[in-house]
Amino acid sequence: MRYFTDEHEWIEVDGDVATVGITDYAQGQLGDIVFVELPAVGTAITKGKDAAVVESVKAASDVYAPIDGEVTETNGALEEDPALVNTAPEGEGWFFKMTIADAGQLEGLMDAAAYKAFVESL
Amino acid sequence: MSDHDTDETLEDLPLEALPLDAWHRARGARMVPFAGYEMPIQYEGIVAEHNWTRESAGLFDVSHMGQLVLSGPDLDAAVEAVLPIDLSTLKLGQQRYSLLLDEEGGVLDDLMVSRWPEALYLVVNGATKWDDLGTLREALPDDITIHHMDEHALLALQGPKAADALARHATGEYPLSALTFMKFGKFKLAGHDVTIARAGYTGEDGFEISLPAAAAAEIADLLCAEPEVKPIGLGARDSLRLEAGLPLYGHDLSPETSPIEAGLLFGINKRRRTEGGFPGADRIIREINEGTARKWVGLTIEGRLPAREGAEVFSGAEKIGIVTSGGFSPTRQAPIAMAYVASAHAAIGTALEVEVRGKRLAATVAPTPFVPHRYYRGS
Repeated sequence: MRYFTDEHEWIEVDGDVATVGITDYAQGQLGDIVFVELPAVGTAITKGKDAAVVESVKAASDVYAPIDGEVTETNGALEEDPALVNTAPEGEGWFFKMTIADAGQLEGLMDAAAYKAFVESL
Repeated sequence: MSDHDTDETLEDLPLEALPLDAWHRARGARMVPFAGYEMPIQYEGIVAEHNWTRESAGLFDVSHMGQLVLSGPDLDAAVEAVLPIDLSTLKLGQQRYSLLLDEEGGVLDDLMVSRWPEALYLVVNGATKWDDLGTLREALPDDITIHHMDEHALLALQGPKAADALARHATGEYPLSALTFMKFGKFKLAGHDVTIARAGYTGEDGFEISLPAAAAAEIADLLCAEPEVKPIGLGARDSLRLEAGLPLYGHDLSPETSPIEAGLLFGINKRRRTEGGFPGADRIIREINEGTARKWVGLTIEGRLPAREGAEVFSGAEKIGIVTSGGFSPTRQAPIAMAYVASAHAAIGTALEVEVRGKRLAATVAPTPFVPHRYYRGS
């Protein structure tokens, strides 16, 4: 199941692990991405707080943690090829995997249909 | 997700629309507030637009900039009391870079001055034009007329193929190719009277075209119909000028910076360096003779993480400077920056560090421009 935040992060839940990235809408707004700063494995991250930074040609932008948890893996491919976030934001351009500290927090997020409607309203 | 951008909201004044506002939107531009206007930051993407300009030709709408015409008795003497320019060597048809300084020698604006028949034409920055009008009105004698050409738009056509594209349409008493870098002339484009200067802000060969606002859409369409030309937004304008090592007012230049620290000695014309007689002359002449405590330098940065405006520069444990402009260079595929650093650390090749979000990045003082200028100086 995939959920979305109103800050344009997505989180894909698979059992007790979740994968996090930014949406296609987000990468379109950011433009050409030249660097992604990922949290170290083992970092405890908190819903709504900074988890990663995306540098586009234009500016640096924060990426927020969609839920509480601990970072278990980061996408090493982004180091070599940060433009993956532009070309495959909701696939190969994922940012990190994390544990799910409180599954209840997922309930406050949007599903794909709700997020689509949200983006169309912007 | 949210931007770290230091925003440039100008005191919450309502945003104005450029003459080409609808034209930009129809071409898919993303509009952002800049210098009091809604301006196109990008169309298809900053890197694609940047590279297109370096390889072909890009059309930039810079109508936010102020176009001023000064005229009146003893004009040259009156203007020389305000700007550090030598007007005795500025001939009809020539354009020159100059600086509006305060009494302490701080930079109020950087601008272009062109010699028109019986008049001087100035192009000033958009964000500073209203202040400049006030400063000039106060400093110039009452019998000097200042005309703000706010019924005119300004388009820049920049890139190695700009001359080919523009020459197909510009007609006049002499061919467009008669213009070399920093020269201008009167031409016609699609039947409209325009002034074309061979100048720009990208480091490439190119032109700045002053035209009636009512003709702007027609002429923009005409130029963009040429296969070499695409519209280019403010985002690429910034990355292009950074690669060209050119300062951006409000970031690299301000009342807190002197033109000598910024390496803009050429903006203080030779005769004026000894004669003085312009605002801030005491400090400027002292700095020319004795040097400055800090200098504006280029930095190349290791890795891919850009250092942006406000990042601190270190030599070992000692903080020795600050980045005023920085980003990722599409041409060099690496981060570049401009910074004020203590003069003892300003020599080309000096190893320094820049701090970004608590991380120290290796940086080296580098020659500028980062990408060579390709101005047309005649064959």
